[in-house]
Amino acid sequence: MQFGIFTVGDVTPDPTTGRTPSEYERIKATVAIAKKAEEVGLDVFATGEHHNPPFIASAPTTTLAYIGAQTERIILSTSTTLITTTDPVLIAEDYAKLQHLVDGRVDLMMGRGNTGPVYPWFGKDIRDGIPLAIENYALLRRLWREDVVSWEGKFRTPLQGSPSAPRPLDGVPPFVWHGSIRSPEIAEQAAYYGDGFFANHIFWPASHTARMVELYRRRFEHYGHGTADQAIVGLGGQAFMRKNSQDAVREFRPYFDNAPVYGHGPSLEDFTSQTPLTVGSPQQVIERTLGFREYAGDYQRQLFLMDHAGLPLKTVLEQLDLLGEEVVPVLRKEFAALKPAHVPDAPTHASLVAARDAAELELAVAEEVTV
Amino acid sequence: MTKVVVVTAGLSNPSSTRILADQLAAATAAALAAGGVAVDVDVVELRDLAHAITDNLLTGFPSGDLAHAVAAVASADAVIAVTPVFSASYSGLFKSFFDVLGPGTLDGTPVLMAATAGTARHSLVLEHALRPLFSYLHASPTSTAVFAAAEDFGSRGLTDRVDRAAGELADAVLRRPRLHAADPFEDVTPFEDLLGA
Repeated sequence: MQFGIFTVGDVTPDPTTGRTPSEYERIKATVAIAKKAEEVGLDVFATGEHHNPPFIASAPTTTLAYIGAQTERIILSTSTTLITTTDPVLIAEDYAKLQHLVDGRVDLMMGRGNTGPVYPWFGKDIRDGIPLAIENYALLRRLWREDVVSWEGKFRTPLQGSPSAPRPLDGVPPFVWHGSIRSPEIAEQAAYYGDGFFANHIFWPASHTARMVELYRRRFEHYGHGTADQAIVGLGGQAFMRKNSQDAVREFRPYFDNAPVYGHGPSLEDFTSQTPLTVGSPQQVIERTLGFREYAGDYQRQLFLMDHAGLPLKTVLEQLDLLGEEVVPVLRKEFAALKPAHVPDAPTHASLVAARDAAELELAVAEEVTV
Repeated sequence: MTKVVVVTAGLSNPSSTRILADQLAAATAAALAAGGVAVDVDVVELRDLAHAITDNLLTGFPSGDLAHAVAAVASADAVIAVTPVFSASYSGLFKSFFDVLGPGTLDGTPVLMAATAGTARHSLVLEHALRPLFSYLHASPTSTAVFAAAEDFGSRGLTDRVDRAAGELADAVLRRPRLHAADPFEDVTPFEDLLGA
């Protein structure tokens, strides 16, 4: 099982000091956080994509390549890549290039983006969100799998024998997850292609996530990619920890109360009981996270949101120390002990290359036998 | 069992809004019973859900008792919606509850609209505020809506209007049982259809 962090790259004032980091500080902090994630033994760092303030998360492949140059092992991913407003030809090229630069340590999570006014900047309309996600991704898949593509659709100028360069590393496209909070169509899309499905999970009750994941698993099996429990599921999570749980609650409360997404709404206590947010000791985070499996099944990727709502960099790095040293090692052991042998791990570049080679070998052998 | 859900937005206790809501519920139950239908009446007091409704506006999901109330309205065969008049319209709490219902929740639901106010000068609020709201939500409001000013309580005229409106609501339920919206998690649109759209 993979463990990591995901960020949305928000520039939020620290409510305890009133200080807002500059864009420069927040961008550099993102890099420091990603490097720390590798240092403490996490498997994945994922960055969001936003084109509007108060976010600094535009140009995701620039960010990921820069981080990739300073890390050795961690998988670089997205949370999410805007498949609606980004030209699929550019996504195909940018992420294939990134694959080469970082030796295959790349995958992507597709998402739609929920900010209506941003769509027109890219000539799109948020009301076409689902059709855009479907058409653009269908084209992206072809661009990664066919050297020359002729194509015509609703939302983009047609392609006539168009190449896209570079070709994916080793001829194997990056693994793709589809992220959605509430659209059954996206779970259906992930299932149809046998791609991964990532449930954001963190802002909504578990009962809702359970329905989304169940739908994806059921349809994954329907489309013949394996049994429902072999589908590739990722979940978000959100935690704030101190050795002593009272200290965690006291320190996190002002950040919670003023957080951009849910601040000034439910109490910290209500929200922690209604959603996966856990504020307490590392042991509490371990227990809560193990509980996700009870409604999502054996899953492959757990990403935590750790750096939002104005938390200062120093605090975020301390949180990553706790996550990497006290939480994840226990979760690795416990989840591994629970997972049945027939449930696969999340695909990596190496495993996808191996699977492709094995399939080709099998085909070659079959042809020989026929001859 | 026919399910009637009463949504009432009065803030005081006792509340004239709730008194009117109870009269409408009783008259509707009687009219349905006369039509040979067993009735289950469920009352949603929005005052008790005020915090949860605000939370829902901010977080995007209903919690606890509000989730039950939303589910009750979604599965109702008929809804009786009663608001006090605040500043020449429905109360903010009343509107906020209907704001947090998911799209399609009230599709085709017969609705009896009612309002209370200090004076009769506000009576058209039913026509210029509530009726457009329920039309927008694709509900099916009865042609008679019931307004009660302070002076109307105990008057014969109010009882007559309550009975007429309840009769219309019961007729709507008996004439055409409500079809409930498909569950998008159970009835999935196959991906080939999404691709071809």
